[in-house]
Amino acid sequence: MKASRVAWLFLAPALLVLAVFFLLPVLGALALSFTDYDLYALADLHNLRFVALGNYWALLHRPQFWAALGHTFYFVAVGVPLSLAASLGAALLLHSPLARCKAFFRAALFAPVVTTAVATAVVWRYLFNTKYGWANHLLGMLGLHPVDWLGDPHWAMPTIILFAVWKNFGYNMIILLAGLQAVPAELYEAARIDGASAWRQFRHITLPMLGPTLLMVAILTVSGYFQLFAEPYVMTEGGPLESTTSVLYLMYEDGFQWWNLGVATAEAFVLFLVMFAVTAAMLRLSRRGEAA
Amino acid sequence: MNPRLAKALVNGLLLGGAAVALFPLLWMLAVSFMPAGTSNALPPPLWPAHPVLDNYRQLFEHAGIGRYLLNSLLISGGIALLSLAFNLLAGYAFAKLRFAGREQLFRVLLGLLVVPAQVAMLPLFLLFKYAGLVDSYAGVMLPGMASVLGIFLVRQYARGLPDELLEAARIDGAGELHIFLRIVLPLLRPVVATLAVLTFLTAWNDFMWPLIELTGQGHYTLPLGLATMAREHTEGTEQMMAGSVLTVLPVLALFLSMQRHYLDGLLLGSVKG
Repeated sequence: MKASRVAWLFLAPALLVLAVFFLLPVLGALALSFTDYDLYALADLHNLRFVALGNYWALLHRPQFWAALGHTFYFVAVGVPLSLAASLGAALLLHSPLARCKAFFRAALFAPVVTTAVATAVVWRYLFNTKYGWANHLLGMLGLHPVDWLGDPHWAMPTIILFAVWKNFGYNMIILLAGLQAVPAELYEAARIDGASAWRQFRHITLPMLGPTLLMVAILTVSGYFQLFAEPYVMTEGGPLESTTSVLYLMYEDGFQWWNLGVATAEAFVLFLVMFAVTAAMLRLSRRGEAA
Repeated sequence: MNPRLAKALVNGLLLGGAAVALFPLLWMLAVSFMPAGTSNALPPPLWPAHPVLDNYRQLFEHAGIGRYLLNSLLISGGIALLSLAFNLLAGYAFAKLRFAGREQLFRVLLGLLVVPAQVAMLPLFLLFKYAGLVDSYAGVMLPGMASVLGIFLVRQYARGLPDELLEAARIDGAGELHIFLRIVLPLLRPVVATLAVLTFLTAWNDFMWPLIELTGQGHYTLPLGLATMAREHTEGTEQMMAGSVLTVLPVLALFLSMQRHYLDGLLLGSVKG
Protein backbone atom coordinates (compact mmCIF):
# COMPACT_ATOMS: atom_id res chain seq x y z
CA MET A 1 0.00 0.00 0.00
CA LYS A 2 1.22 3.51 -0.74
CA ALA A 3 2.73 5.26 2.25
CA SER A 4 0.53 8.35 1.99
CA ARG A 5 -2.62 6.25 1.86
CA VAL A 6 -1.62 4.54 5.08
CA ALA A 7 -1.05 7.94 6.66
CA TRP A 8 -4.53 9.13 5.70
CA LEU A 9 -6.07 5.96 7.07
CA PHE A 10 -4.29 6.57 10.38
CA LEU A 11 -5.50 10.17 10.39
CA ALA A 12 -9.06 9.48 9.29
CA PRO A 13 -10.80 8.70 12.63
CA ALA A 14 -9.42 11.72 14.50
CA LEU A 15 -9.85 14.11 11.57
CA LEU A 16 -13.41 12.92 11.03
CA VAL A 17 -14.29 13.53 14.68
CA LEU A 18 -12.73 17.00 14.65
CA ALA A 19 -14.34 17.93 11.33
CA VAL A 20 -17.87 16.71 12.10
CA PHE A 21 -18.06 17.59 15.80
CA PHE A 22 -15.97 20.74 15.90
CA LEU A 23 -15.18 22.44 12.60
CA LEU A 24 -18.64 21.91 11.11
CA PRO A 25 -20.47 23.20 14.24
CA VAL A 26 -18.18 26.26 14.40
CA LEU A 27 -19.07 27.12 10.79
CA GLY A 28 -22.67 26.29 11.62
CA ALA A 29 -22.50 28.69 14.56
CA LEU A 30 -21.42 31.50 12.27
CA ALA A 31 -24.37 30.76 9.96
CA LEU A 32 -26.76 30.40 12.89
CA SER A 33 -25.74 33.76 14.31
CA PHE A 34 -27.08 35.43 11.12
CA THR A 35 -30.55 33.94 11.68
CA ASP A 36 -33.38 34.43 14.18
CA TYR A 37 -33.33 30.75 15.19
CA ASP A 38 -35.68 30.50 18.19
CA LEU A 39 -38.33 28.28 19.72
CA TYR A 40 -40.55 28.66 16.65
CA ALA A 41 -37.78 27.61 14.30
CA LEU A 42 -36.99 24.72 16.61
CA ALA A 43 -40.57 23.53 16.16
CA ASP A 44 -40.72 24.20 12.43
CA LEU A 45 -37.72 25.20 10.30
CA HIS A 46 -39.99 27.25 7.99
CA ASN A 47 -40.11 29.90 10.67
CA LEU A 48 -36.38 30.52 10.30
CA ARG A 49 -35.39 33.88 8.86
CA PHE A 50 -32.09 35.40 7.78
CA VAL A 51 -31.38 38.54 9.76
CA ALA A 52 -27.79 39.25 8.61
CA LEU A 53 -26.00 41.14 11.39
CA GLY A 54 -29.27 41.80 13.22
CA ASN A 55 -28.34 39.70 16.27
CA TYR A 56 -24.98 41.44 16.63
CA TRP A 57 -26.57 44.83 16.19
CA ALA A 58 -29.16 44.01 18.86
CA LEU A 59 -26.42 42.83 21.24
CA LEU A 60 -24.66 46.17 20.97
CA HIS A 61 -27.85 47.85 22.18
CA ARG A 62 -28.57 45.44 24.99
CA PRO A 63 -27.41 46.64 28.43
CA GLN A 64 -27.59 43.08 29.78
CA PHE A 65 -24.95 41.94 27.29
CA TRP A 66 -22.62 44.84 28.09
CA ALA A 67 -23.06 44.07 31.78
CA ALA A 68 -22.17 40.41 31.21
CA LEU A 69 -19.13 41.44 29.18
CA GLY A 70 -18.17 43.82 31.99
CA HIS A 71 -18.46 41.08 34.64
CA THR A 72 -16.36 38.76 32.49
CA PHE A 73 -13.67 41.44 32.07
CA TYR A 74 -13.74 42.08 35.82
CA PHE A 75 -13.17 38.37 36.46
CA VAL A 76 -10.29 38.23 33.94
CA ALA A 77 -8.64 41.53 34.89
CA VAL A 78 -8.57 40.79 38.63
CA GLY A 79 -8.48 36.99 38.55
CA VAL A 80 -5.60 36.49 36.13
CA PRO A 81 -3.01 38.72 37.88
CA LEU A 82 -3.97 37.26 41.28
CA SER A 83 -3.73 33.71 39.95
CA LEU A 84 -0.37 34.36 38.32
CA ALA A 85 0.99 36.02 41.45
CA ALA A 86 -0.08 33.02 43.54
CA SER A 87 1.40 30.61 40.99
CA LEU A 88 4.71 32.48 40.81
CA GLY A 89 4.93 32.80 44.60
CA ALA A 90 4.28 29.10 45.10
CA ALA A 91 6.74 28.14 42.34
CA LEU A 92 9.47 30.33 43.87
CA LEU A 93 8.91 28.78 47.30
CA LEU A 94 9.01 25.25 45.89
CA HIS A 95 12.13 26.09 43.91
CA SER A 96 13.95 27.46 46.94
CA PRO A 97 16.82 25.21 48.12
CA LEU A 98 15.61 25.88 51.67
CA ALA A 99 12.25 24.16 51.10
CA ARG A 100 11.68 20.76 52.74
CA CYS A 101 9.29 17.93 51.76
CA LYS A 102 8.99 19.35 48.24
CA ALA A 103 7.07 16.40 46.79
CA PHE A 104 4.39 16.70 49.47
CA PHE A 105 4.00 20.46 49.11
CA ARG A 106 3.87 20.22 45.33
CA ALA A 107 1.11 17.61 45.45
CA ALA A 108 -0.82 19.50 48.15
CA LEU A 109 -0.70 22.82 46.29
CA PHE A 110 -1.65 21.12 43.02
CA ALA A 111 -4.54 19.07 44.45
CA PRO A 112 -7.26 21.73 43.88
CA VAL A 113 -6.47 21.72 40.13
CA VAL A 114 -7.56 18.13 39.60
CA THR A 115 -10.74 18.45 41.67
CA THR A 116 -14.07 18.87 39.90
CA ALA A 117 -14.96 22.58 39.71
CA VAL A 118 -18.64 21.92 40.37
CA ALA A 119 -17.92 19.92 43.53
CA THR A 120 -15.42 22.35 45.03
CA ALA A 121 -17.67 25.29 44.11
CA VAL A 122 -20.37 23.62 46.20
CA VAL A 123 -17.88 23.33 49.08
CA TRP A 124 -17.01 27.03 48.78
CA ARG A 125 -20.66 27.96 48.83
CA TYR A 126 -20.88 26.50 52.32
CA LEU A 127 -17.50 27.84 53.47
CA PHE A 128 -18.69 31.32 52.48
CA ASN A 129 -22.16 30.91 53.93
CA THR A 130 -23.10 34.13 55.72
CA LYS A 131 -24.21 32.52 58.98
CA TYR A 132 -22.34 29.24 59.43
CA GLY A 133 -19.42 29.58 57.00
CA TRP A 134 -15.79 29.45 58.08
CA ALA A 135 -14.93 32.62 56.17
CA ASN A 136 -17.14 34.77 58.40
CA HIS A 137 -16.13 32.80 61.49
CA LEU A 138 -12.49 33.73 60.81
CA LEU A 139 -13.47 37.36 60.22
CA GLY A 140 -15.31 37.25 63.55
CA MET A 141 -12.22 35.94 65.31
CA LEU A 142 -10.31 38.92 63.91
CA GLY A 143 -13.03 41.21 65.22
CA LEU A 144 -14.35 42.09 61.76
CA HIS A 145 -17.96 42.31 60.63
CA PRO A 146 -19.40 39.34 58.69
CA VAL A 147 -19.69 39.72 54.93
CA ASP A 148 -22.61 38.48 52.83
CA TRP A 149 -20.12 36.88 50.43
CA LEU A 150 -22.40 35.41 47.79
CA GLY A 151 -25.51 37.48 48.52
CA ASP A 152 -24.05 40.97 48.14
CA PRO A 153 -23.62 42.14 44.52
CA HIS A 154 -20.32 43.81 45.47
CA TRP A 155 -18.86 40.70 47.06
CA ALA A 156 -20.14 37.87 44.86
CA MET A 157 -17.61 38.33 42.05
CA PRO A 158 -14.63 38.76 44.41
CA THR A 159 -15.67 35.52 46.13
CA ILE A 160 -15.79 33.72 42.79
CA ILE A 161 -12.37 35.17 41.92
CA LEU A 162 -11.00 33.90 45.23
CA PHE A 163 -12.37 30.47 44.41
CA ALA A 164 -10.85 30.53 40.92
CA VAL A 165 -7.42 31.50 42.28
CA TRP A 166 -7.56 28.69 44.86
CA LYS A 167 -8.70 26.18 42.24
CA ASN A 168 -6.30 27.08 39.43
CA PHE A 169 -3.01 28.51 40.73
CA GLY A 170 -1.39 25.05 41.01
CA TYR A 171 -1.54 24.49 37.25
CA ASN A 172 0.66 27.45 36.33
CA MET A 173 2.78 26.79 39.41
CA ILE A 174 3.98 23.53 37.85
CA ILE A 175 4.79 25.18 34.52
CA LEU A 176 6.59 28.11 36.17
CA LEU A 177 8.49 25.73 38.45
CA ALA A 178 9.82 23.91 35.37
CA GLY A 179 10.74 27.32 33.94
CA LEU A 180 12.65 28.23 37.11
CA GLN A 181 14.51 24.93 37.04
CA ALA A 182 15.65 25.67 33.48
CA VAL A 183 17.42 28.91 34.49
CA PRO A 184 21.18 28.13 34.52
CA ALA A 185 22.58 28.19 38.06
CA GLU A 186 25.77 29.96 36.86
CA LEU A 187 23.79 33.17 36.35
CA TYR A 188 22.88 33.29 40.04
CA GLU A 189 26.42 32.39 41.08
CA ALA A 190 27.87 35.22 39.01
CA ALA A 191 25.31 37.62 40.49
CA ARG A 192 26.14 36.49 44.05
CA ILE A 193 29.84 37.05 43.44
CA ASP A 194 28.97 40.56 42.26
CA GLY A 195 27.06 41.03 45.51
CA ALA A 196 23.56 41.29 44.03
CA SER A 197 20.75 41.04 46.61
CA ALA A 198 18.04 38.39 46.43
CA TRP A 199 15.55 40.96 45.16
CA ARG A 200 17.92 42.16 42.42
CA GLN A 201 18.63 38.56 41.40
CA PHE A 202 14.88 38.03 41.09
CA ARG A 203 14.38 41.29 39.20
CA HIS A 204 17.29 40.97 36.77
CA ILE A 205 17.75 37.22 36.32
CA THR A 206 14.63 35.26 37.29
CA LEU A 207 11.98 37.53 35.76
CA PRO A 208 13.69 38.08 32.37
CA MET A 209 14.56 34.38 32.03
CA LEU A 210 11.02 33.42 32.97
CA GLY A 211 9.50 36.04 30.63
CA PRO A 212 8.44 33.80 27.71
CA THR A 213 6.97 31.18 30.07
CA LEU A 214 5.09 33.86 32.01
CA LEU A 215 3.66 35.28 28.79
CA MET A 216 2.49 31.87 27.58
CA VAL A 217 0.95 31.06 30.94
CA ALA A 218 -0.74 34.48 31.07
CA ILE A 219 -2.28 34.04 27.62
CA LEU A 220 -3.56 30.55 28.43
CA THR A 221 -5.03 31.76 31.73
CA VAL A 222 -6.70 34.77 30.12
CA SER A 223 -8.41 32.61 27.51
CA GLY A 224 -9.43 30.11 30.18
CA TYR A 225 -10.87 32.81 32.48
CA PHE A 226 -12.90 34.38 29.68
CA GLN A 227 -14.83 31.08 29.63
CA LEU A 228 -16.26 31.60 33.13
CA PHE A 229 -19.40 29.49 33.52
CA ALA A 230 -19.53 26.61 36.02
CA GLU A 231 -18.60 28.77 39.04
CA PRO A 232 -21.49 31.24 38.78
CA TYR A 233 -23.81 28.43 37.67
CA VAL A 234 -23.24 26.59 40.94
CA MET A 235 -22.32 29.33 43.42
CA THR A 236 -24.61 32.24 42.55
CA GLU A 237 -26.82 31.26 39.61
CA GLY A 238 -25.59 34.42 37.92
CA GLY A 239 -26.81 36.67 40.73
CA PRO A 240 -27.22 38.53 42.97
CA LEU A 241 -28.72 41.21 40.69
CA GLU A 242 -26.95 39.46 37.79
CA SER A 243 -23.62 40.63 39.21
CA THR A 244 -21.92 37.33 38.31
CA THR A 245 -23.63 36.73 34.96
CA SER A 246 -20.74 36.10 32.56
CA VAL A 247 -21.02 36.10 28.77
CA LEU A 248 -21.16 32.30 28.69
CA TYR A 249 -23.77 32.25 31.44
CA LEU A 250 -25.87 34.66 29.40
CA MET A 251 -25.30 32.54 26.31
CA TYR A 252 -26.46 29.44 28.17
CA GLU A 253 -29.59 31.18 29.44
CA ASP A 254 -30.45 32.73 26.08
CA GLY A 255 -29.77 29.50 24.27
CA PHE A 256 -31.16 26.82 26.51
CA GLN A 257 -33.65 28.57 28.75
CA TRP A 258 -35.22 30.89 26.17
CA TRP A 259 -34.18 28.91 23.06
CA ASN A 260 -32.91 32.02 21.28
CA LEU A 261 -30.15 30.06 19.59
CA GLY A 262 -29.44 32.74 16.97
CA VAL A 263 -28.80 35.37 19.64
CA ALA A 264 -26.81 32.93 21.79
CA THR A 265 -24.42 31.98 18.98
CA ALA A 266 -23.86 35.66 18.24
CA GLU A 267 -22.88 36.07 21.90
CA ALA A 268 -20.49 33.14 21.64
CA PHE A 269 -18.85 34.67 18.58
CA VAL A 270 -18.45 38.08 20.18
CA LEU A 271 -16.78 36.41 23.16
CA PHE A 272 -14.47 34.54 20.78
CA LEU A 273 -13.54 37.77 18.99
CA VAL A 274 -12.90 39.58 22.29
CA MET A 275 -10.70 36.72 23.52
CA PHE A 276 -8.80 36.69 20.26
CA ALA A 277 -8.27 40.46 20.33
CA VAL A 278 -7.09 40.48 23.95
CA THR A 279 -4.63 37.60 23.58
CA ALA A 280 -3.31 39.03 20.28
CA ALA A 281 -2.80 42.39 21.99
CA MET A 282 -0.89 40.69 24.82
CA LEU A 283 1.42 38.98 22.32
CA ARG A 284 1.96 42.22 20.47
CA LEU A 285 2.69 44.28 23.54
CA SER A 286 5.19 41.74 24.80
CA ARG A 287 6.99 41.71 21.44
CA ARG A 288 7.23 45.48 21.50
CA GLY A 289 8.51 45.26 25.07
CA GLU A 290 11.21 42.88 23.93
CA ALA A 291 12.27 45.09 21.04
CA ALA A 292 12.58 48.14 23.29
CA MET B 1 18.79 37.47 56.17
CA ASN B 2 19.65 34.92 58.83
CA PRO B 3 19.68 31.53 57.03
CA ARG B 4 17.67 29.82 59.78
CA LEU B 5 15.06 32.55 59.70
CA ALA B 6 14.93 32.29 55.88
CA LYS B 7 14.41 28.56 56.11
CA ALA B 8 11.62 28.97 58.66
CA LEU B 9 10.00 31.62 56.47
CA VAL B 10 10.09 29.52 53.27
CA ASN B 11 8.75 26.40 54.95
CA GLY B 12 6.22 28.34 57.01
CA LEU B 13 4.80 29.94 53.86
CA LEU B 14 4.67 26.55 52.14
CA LEU B 15 2.87 25.07 55.13
CA GLY B 16 0.39 27.96 55.12
CA GLY B 17 -0.19 27.57 51.39
CA ALA B 18 -0.73 23.84 51.69
CA ALA B 19 -3.19 24.44 54.54
CA VAL B 20 -5.20 26.88 52.41
CA ALA B 21 -5.14 24.48 49.44
CA LEU B 22 -6.20 21.45 51.49
CA PHE B 23 -8.57 22.97 54.08
CA PRO B 24 -11.68 23.06 51.85
CA LEU B 25 -11.07 19.45 50.82
CA LEU B 26 -10.49 18.19 54.37
CA TRP B 27 -13.47 20.18 55.67
CA MET B 28 -15.63 18.64 52.93
CA LEU B 29 -14.53 15.17 54.01
CA ALA B 30 -15.15 15.86 57.70
CA VAL B 31 -18.62 17.35 57.19
CA SER B 32 -19.65 14.45 54.95
CA PHE B 33 -19.50 12.21 58.06
CA MET B 34 -21.52 14.52 60.32
CA PRO B 35 -25.13 13.65 61.17
CA ALA B 36 -27.65 15.71 59.19
CA GLY B 37 -28.01 19.26 60.47
CA THR B 38 -25.09 19.23 62.90
CA SER B 39 -22.62 21.17 60.73
CA ASN B 40 -24.79 24.29 60.88
CA ALA B 41 -23.68 25.35 64.32
CA LEU B 42 -21.57 28.10 65.86
CA PRO B 43 -18.64 27.87 66.01
CA PRO B 44 -18.70 25.74 62.83
CA PRO B 45 -17.50 22.25 63.84
CA LEU B 46 -14.32 20.91 62.25
CA TRP B 47 -14.64 17.28 63.25
CA PRO B 48 -17.65 14.92 63.37
CA ALA B 49 -18.20 14.13 67.05
CA HIS B 50 -20.18 11.03 66.09
CA PRO B 51 -19.17 10.09 62.53
CA VAL B 52 -21.95 8.47 60.49
CA LEU B 53 -22.31 7.10 56.96
CA ASP B 54 -25.96 8.19 56.72
CA ASN B 55 -25.29 10.94 54.18
CA TYR B 56 -23.70 8.51 51.76
CA ARG B 57 -26.44 5.95 52.32
CA GLN B 58 -29.11 8.59 51.67
CA LEU B 59 -27.40 9.65 48.45
CA PHE B 60 -27.31 6.11 47.12
CA GLU B 61 -30.77 5.07 48.32
CA HIS B 62 -32.80 8.21 47.64
CA ALA B 63 -30.87 10.63 45.41
CA GLY B 64 -29.81 7.97 42.89
CA ILE B 65 -26.15 8.98 43.00
CA GLY B 66 -25.06 5.43 42.16
CA ARG B 67 -26.46 5.97 38.69
CA TYR B 68 -24.55 9.24 38.29
CA LEU B 69 -21.36 7.55 39.45
CA LEU B 70 -21.83 4.79 36.93
CA ASN B 71 -22.61 7.28 34.15
CA SER B 72 -19.50 9.30 34.99
CA LEU B 73 -17.31 6.20 34.92
CA LEU B 74 -18.83 4.99 31.67
CA ILE B 75 -18.64 8.32 29.86
CA SER B 76 -15.16 9.32 31.07
CA GLY B 77 -13.80 5.82 30.52
CA GLY B 78 -15.30 5.64 27.04
CA ILE B 79 -13.97 9.05 26.03
CA ALA B 80 -10.50 8.25 27.43
CA LEU B 81 -10.30 4.92 25.62
CA LEU B 82 -11.59 6.04 22.22
CA SER B 83 -9.80 9.37 22.10
CA LEU B 84 -6.62 7.59 23.13
CA ALA B 85 -6.87 5.26 20.12
CA PHE B 86 -7.73 8.05 17.65
CA ASN B 87 -5.16 10.55 18.97
CA LEU B 88 -2.39 7.94 18.99
CA LEU B 89 -3.03 6.98 15.37
CA ALA B 90 -3.19 10.60 14.21
CA GLY B 91 -0.28 11.83 16.32
CA TYR B 92 1.95 9.05 15.07
CA ALA B 93 0.96 9.77 11.46
CA PHE B 94 1.83 13.46 11.90
CA ALA B 95 5.18 12.55 13.43
CA LYS B 96 6.42 9.65 11.33
CA LEU B 97 4.37 8.99 8.19
CA ARG B 98 4.95 10.99 5.05
CA PHE B 99 2.13 12.56 3.08
CA ALA B 100 1.56 15.71 1.07
CA GLY B 101 0.54 18.74 3.14
CA ARG B 102 1.46 17.22 6.49
CA GLU B 103 2.86 20.37 8.11
CA GLN B 104 0.13 22.62 6.70
CA LEU B 105 -2.61 20.32 7.99
CA PHE B 106 -1.01 20.21 11.41
CA ARG B 107 -0.86 24.00 11.51
CA VAL B 108 -4.56 24.14 10.64
CA LEU B 109 -5.28 21.80 13.56
CA LEU B 110 -3.27 23.97 15.94
CA GLY B 111 -5.22 26.95 14.63
CA LEU B 112 -8.41 25.28 15.83
CA LEU B 113 -7.13 25.59 19.40
CA VAL B 114 -7.87 29.31 19.25
CA VAL B 115 -11.62 28.72 18.96
CA PRO B 116 -13.26 28.13 22.34
CA ALA B 117 -15.27 24.91 22.47
CA GLN B 118 -18.43 26.73 23.56
CA VAL B 119 -18.79 28.29 20.10
CA ALA B 120 -19.49 24.81 18.71
CA MET B 121 -21.88 23.73 21.45
CA LEU B 122 -25.12 25.32 20.28
CA PRO B 123 -25.00 24.04 16.68
CA LEU B 124 -23.77 20.69 17.98
CA PHE B 125 -26.86 20.48 20.15
CA LEU B 126 -29.07 21.20 17.11
CA LEU B 127 -27.17 18.68 15.00
CA PHE B 128 -27.69 16.02 17.68
CA LYS B 129 -31.31 17.03 18.10
CA TYR B 130 -32.02 16.33 14.43
CA ALA B 131 -29.92 13.14 14.62
CA GLY B 132 -31.83 11.97 17.69
CA LEU B 133 -28.70 11.94 19.85
CA VAL B 134 -29.76 14.43 22.53
CA ASP B 135 -29.67 12.88 26.01
CA SER B 136 -27.60 9.85 24.99
CA TYR B 137 -24.21 8.44 25.99
CA ALA B 138 -23.09 8.64 22.35
CA GLY B 139 -24.00 12.33 22.14
CA VAL B 140 -22.01 13.31 25.19
CA MET B 141 -18.98 11.23 24.15
CA LEU B 142 -18.70 11.87 20.39
CA PRO B 143 -17.20 15.39 20.47
CA GLY B 144 -14.53 14.23 22.93
CA MET B 145 -13.30 11.30 20.87
CA ALA B 146 -10.36 13.23 19.40
CA SER B 147 -8.55 16.32 20.59
CA VAL B 148 -5.98 18.58 18.98
CA LEU B 149 -4.03 18.74 22.23
CA GLY B 150 -3.92 14.96 22.43
CA ILE B 151 -2.68 14.66 18.85
CA PHE B 152 -0.11 17.34 19.61
CA LEU B 153 1.16 15.46 22.69
CA VAL B 154 1.54 12.19 20.80
CA ARG B 155 3.27 13.90 17.89
CA GLN B 156 5.75 15.62 20.22
CA TYR B 157 6.64 12.33 21.82
CA ALA B 158 6.62 10.16 18.68
CA ARG B 159 9.00 12.51 16.87
CA GLY B 160 11.73 11.24 19.18
CA LEU B 161 11.40 7.63 17.97
CA PRO B 162 14.33 6.49 15.77
CA ASP B 163 13.44 6.33 12.05
CA GLU B 164 15.92 3.48 11.49
CA LEU B 165 13.80 1.19 13.63
CA LEU B 166 10.71 1.78 11.49
CA GLU B 167 12.70 1.52 8.24
CA ALA B 168 14.25 -1.78 9.34
CA ALA B 169 10.80 -3.21 10.04
CA ARG B 170 9.56 -1.99 6.64
CA ILE B 171 12.49 -3.66 4.88
CA ASP B 172 11.60 -6.86 6.74
CA GLY B 173 8.21 -6.57 5.06
CA ALA B 174 6.12 -5.64 8.11
CA GLY B 175 2.82 -3.88 7.41
CA GLU B 176 2.24 -0.36 8.73
CA LEU B 177 -0.46 -1.43 11.19
CA HIS B 178 1.80 -4.20 12.44
CA ILE B 179 4.65 -1.72 12.89
CA PHE B 180 2.35 0.65 14.79
CA LEU B 181 0.93 -2.00 17.11
CA ARG B 182 4.08 -4.07 17.72
CA ILE B 183 6.92 -1.54 17.60
CA VAL B 184 5.60 1.99 18.01
CA LEU B 185 2.90 1.46 20.65
CA PRO B 186 5.20 -0.17 23.25
CA LEU B 187 7.65 2.71 22.81
CA LEU B 188 4.85 5.25 23.26
CA ARG B 189 3.81 3.73 26.60
CA PRO B 190 4.69 6.80 28.73
CA VAL B 191 2.64 9.15 26.56
CA VAL B 192 -0.21 6.63 26.48
CA ALA B 193 -0.38 6.66 30.27
CA THR B 194 -0.15 10.45 30.40
CA LEU B 195 -2.84 10.98 27.81
CA ALA B 196 -5.16 8.40 29.37
CA VAL B 197 -5.01 10.16 32.76
CA LEU B 198 -5.36 13.64 31.24
CA THR B 199 -8.40 12.81 29.12
CA PHE B 200 -10.12 10.80 31.84
CA LEU B 201 -9.76 13.66 34.33
CA THR B 202 -10.89 16.28 31.80
CA ALA B 203 -13.92 14.21 30.82
CA TRP B 204 -14.81 13.52 34.46
CA ASN B 205 -14.67 17.19 35.40
CA ASP B 206 -16.37 18.43 32.21
CA PHE B 207 -19.55 20.34 32.88
CA MET B 208 -20.96 22.62 30.19
CA TRP B 209 -21.33 20.17 27.31
CA PRO B 210 -22.92 17.40 29.43
CA LEU B 211 -25.23 20.04 30.93
CA ILE B 212 -26.44 20.98 27.44
CA GLU B 213 -26.51 17.50 25.96
CA LEU B 214 -27.90 15.43 28.84
CA THR B 215 -31.45 16.54 29.52
CA GLY B 216 -32.71 13.61 31.58
CA GLN B 217 -31.48 12.56 35.00
CA GLY B 218 -30.99 8.97 33.82
CA HIS B 219 -27.85 10.02 31.95
CA TYR B 220 -26.57 12.60 34.43
CA THR B 221 -22.90 12.54 35.39
CA LEU B 222 -21.78 13.29 38.98
CA PRO B 223 -21.02 17.01 38.39
CA LEU B 224 -24.43 17.42 36.72
CA GLY B 225 -26.28 15.64 39.51
CA LEU B 226 -24.39 17.65 42.12
CA ALA B 227 -25.04 20.99 40.40
CA THR B 228 -28.73 20.19 40.12
CA MET B 229 -28.93 19.32 43.82
CA ALA B 230 -27.05 22.51 44.68
CA ARG B 231 -29.47 24.68 42.71
CA GLU B 232 -32.58 22.98 44.06
CA HIS B 233 -31.46 23.34 47.70
CA THR B 234 -33.17 20.07 48.59
CA GLU B 235 -30.26 18.35 50.36
CA GLY B 236 -28.60 19.46 53.57
CA THR B 237 -25.00 20.60 53.91
CA GLU B 238 -23.74 17.21 55.09
CA GLN B 239 -25.31 15.34 52.20
CA MET B 240 -23.99 17.87 49.66
CA MET B 241 -20.50 17.38 51.08
CA ALA B 242 -20.86 13.61 50.78
CA GLY B 243 -21.84 14.12 47.14
CA SER B 244 -18.81 16.36 46.59
CA VAL B 245 -16.53 13.74 48.15
CA LEU B 246 -17.89 11.08 45.80
CA THR B 247 -17.27 13.39 42.83
CA VAL B 248 -13.78 14.51 43.79
CA LEU B 249 -12.32 11.40 45.40
CA PRO B 250 -11.96 9.24 42.25
CA VAL B 251 -10.06 11.93 40.35
CA LEU B 252 -7.91 12.87 43.33
CA ALA B 253 -6.99 9.22 43.85
CA LEU B 254 -6.21 8.80 40.16
CA PHE B 255 -4.05 11.92 40.22
CA LEU B 256 -2.13 10.85 43.32
CA SER B 257 -1.41 7.39 41.92
CA MET B 258 -0.42 8.72 38.48
CA GLN B 259 1.09 12.05 39.53
CA ARG B 260 4.24 11.61 37.46
CA HIS B 261 2.38 10.96 34.22
CA TYR B 262 -0.09 13.75 34.80
CA LEU B 263 2.52 16.42 35.52
CA ASP B 264 4.72 15.23 32.63
CA GLY B 265 1.79 15.64 30.27
CA LEU B 266 1.01 19.07 31.61
CA LEU B 267 4.57 20.22 30.91
CA LEU B 268 4.78 18.53 27.52
CA GLY B 269 1.52 20.21 26.51
CA SER B 270 2.76 23.63 27.49
CA VAL B 271 5.92 23.51 25.40
CA LYS B 272 5.56 25.16 22.05
CA GLY B 273 5.96 22.78 19.08
